[in-house]
Amino acid sequence: MGALFVRAAPFAAALLLPVTPALAASGEPVNPWVAAAYLVAGILFILALRGLSSPETSRAGNRYGMVGMLIAVGTTLVTHSIASLPEIGVAILIGGGIGFITARKIAMTDMPQLVAGFHSLVGLAAVLVGIAAYLNPGAFGILDATGEILTVSRVELGLGVAIGAITFSGSVIAFLKLNGNMSGAPIMLPLRHVINLGVLAGIIGLTAYFAIAPTVGTGAIFWTIVGLSFLIGFLLIIPIGGADMPVVVSMLNSYSGWAAAAMGFTLGNTAMIITGALVGSSGAILSYIMCKAMNRSFISVIAGGFGAESGPSDGAAKIDRPWKRGSAEDAAYMMKQAENVIIIPGYGMAVAQAQHAVREMADMLKEEGVNVKYAIHPVAGRMPGHMNVLLAEANVPYDEVFELEDINSEFAQADVAFIIGANDVVNPAAKTDKGSPIYGMPVFDVEKAKTIFFVKRSMGGVGYAGVDNEVFYMDQTMMLLSDAKKMCEEIVKAL
Amino acid sequence: MDFISILSIFVMACFVGYYVVWSVTPALHTPLMAVTNAISSVIIVGALIAAAAGAQADGGQAAKWLGLVGVVLASVNIFGGFAVTERMLAMYKKKERK
Repeated sequence: MGALFVRAAPFAAALLLPVTPALAASGEPVNPWVAAAYLVAGILFILALRGLSSPETSRAGNRYGMVGMLIAVGTTLVTHSIASLPEIGVAILIGGGIGFITARKIAMTDMPQLVAGFHSLVGLAAVLVGIAAYLNPGAFGILDATGEILTVSRVELGLGVAIGAITFSGSVIAFLKLNGNMSGAPIMLPLRHVINLGVLAGIIGLTAYFAIAPTVGTGAIFWTIVGLSFLIGFLLIIPIGGADMPVVVSMLNSYSGWAAAAMGFTLGNTAMIITGALVGSSGAILSYIMCKAMNRSFISVIAGGFGAESGPSDGAAKIDRPWKRGSAEDAAYMMKQAENVIIIPGYGMAVAQAQHAVREMADMLKEEGVNVKYAIHPVAGRMPGHMNVLLAEANVPYDEVFELEDINSEFAQADVAFIIGANDVVNPAAKTDKGSPIYGMPVFDVEKAKTIFFVKRSMGGVGYAGVDNEVFYMDQTMMLLSDAKKMCEEIVKAL
Repeated sequence: MDFISILSIFVMACFVGYYVVWSVTPALHTPLMAVTNAISSVIIVGALIAAAAGAQADGGQAAKWLGLVGVVLASVNIFGGFAVTERMLAMYKKKERK
């Protein structure tokens, strides 16, 4: 059989030859053209990510990704028995339609929950594929000579469904928290670390046992792995608070990749393995960047509970300190006179949908000859790059938007720092107060600016870390207490 | 393919991923998540195999339906993920030089 395929030189001709699925089995010959097609798909996915190194190349990258997916799906369809083709077509139409419409309609501010929702689907799809492979191992070519599932495939299957299930239930919780269906506050179960470690150990132990057990009676073990994995995903995410969501979303992104990779191992499919590895590393790197930007260890984020310990009483006590209230007119006047204005957006801007009003304000200032820049902290918002997308949506050119390390030295020359919906990322306690929960987190040096405007809904609320902010009480600070969008619109009127 | 060649591909791809992702500009981290989401739905390949296999074995019929549901879920992600990435990337514009 193998020799026949090697001789079938023309690419298209080789693809048209139906390959029996069993040929894809580990250790058996694989149609080299099929393998090559999957490899090409994998390379196109690498190029898709490579394109994101700059906004100019990013759209071409996205197209590479689409072509890669087309090749992977097309190759699979032509090389497998196409008896179910009508059903498959309907399934793709239904799914594709839902996905496409959702992608068109979703508001940019809702992007974090959309991504979390999408992650849950990858996880669930991985679980379904894993179960299907367990039920019909012959079709996946993972049987050994005696008709049993190969040991190595059992390990891969067990891991694949476990990671998929964790991705699914974890992402569902993340979605509910981000979407506001569930409180963003951490939910702390007693003994949760013991329970979580116990469940994890159970999953690992059962997977090992599933690999070596005789086939008869493995059903119960397999289903228990699936069930426990759904449970642990749920348990892992409920104690994690809203401010740590960027890390959680990145982590689940990573998991969805590892789930795809594990299934790729089962199928011996290079496109799935390459993609899984890419997505897995991507999510892991994003989690690392987010943790570093908060000066927290990954373990402490996963352990959860951040922001739960702050009592309202100590917050109230500190608010008795004197602070100055500014008006939209003050802000308009001061910024019109300024030479350099730096705008620092945070999650509050997303909640108030204020990005368009902010850009309008910046445009008016630019007409007055003011140099306006935006400063974005890596953890601003609810997912990596959240603020950048919102500003891009409001037509803010990306070369006016700067990252923390690129702009932090400019605050000393700034006349006005305009903080809108951010709090912890401008808190000097991170630099000075060793006892503060955010100590060591890299923050903007806003206190070096000549004047600070702090847009905030009220004085009562403190940031997600539950820490009071020295900036509120500084001599050069004026608090603009209002809804972020309303305040910007008032400033625009006053300009 | 034997396990060790598959493992080699996997490890190499992890390294490629590591270097490629570090070169992604932080401004595009949200599109990065959306597009990785879309491409991780290459898991649709597994769902297609299950759906295409039909009733070859005892569990074949059940596997087929699970596969079809998997195809629906993965398709939501593929179309949704690429479309939303495209939408986001179209918004990133450079300053207009007058």
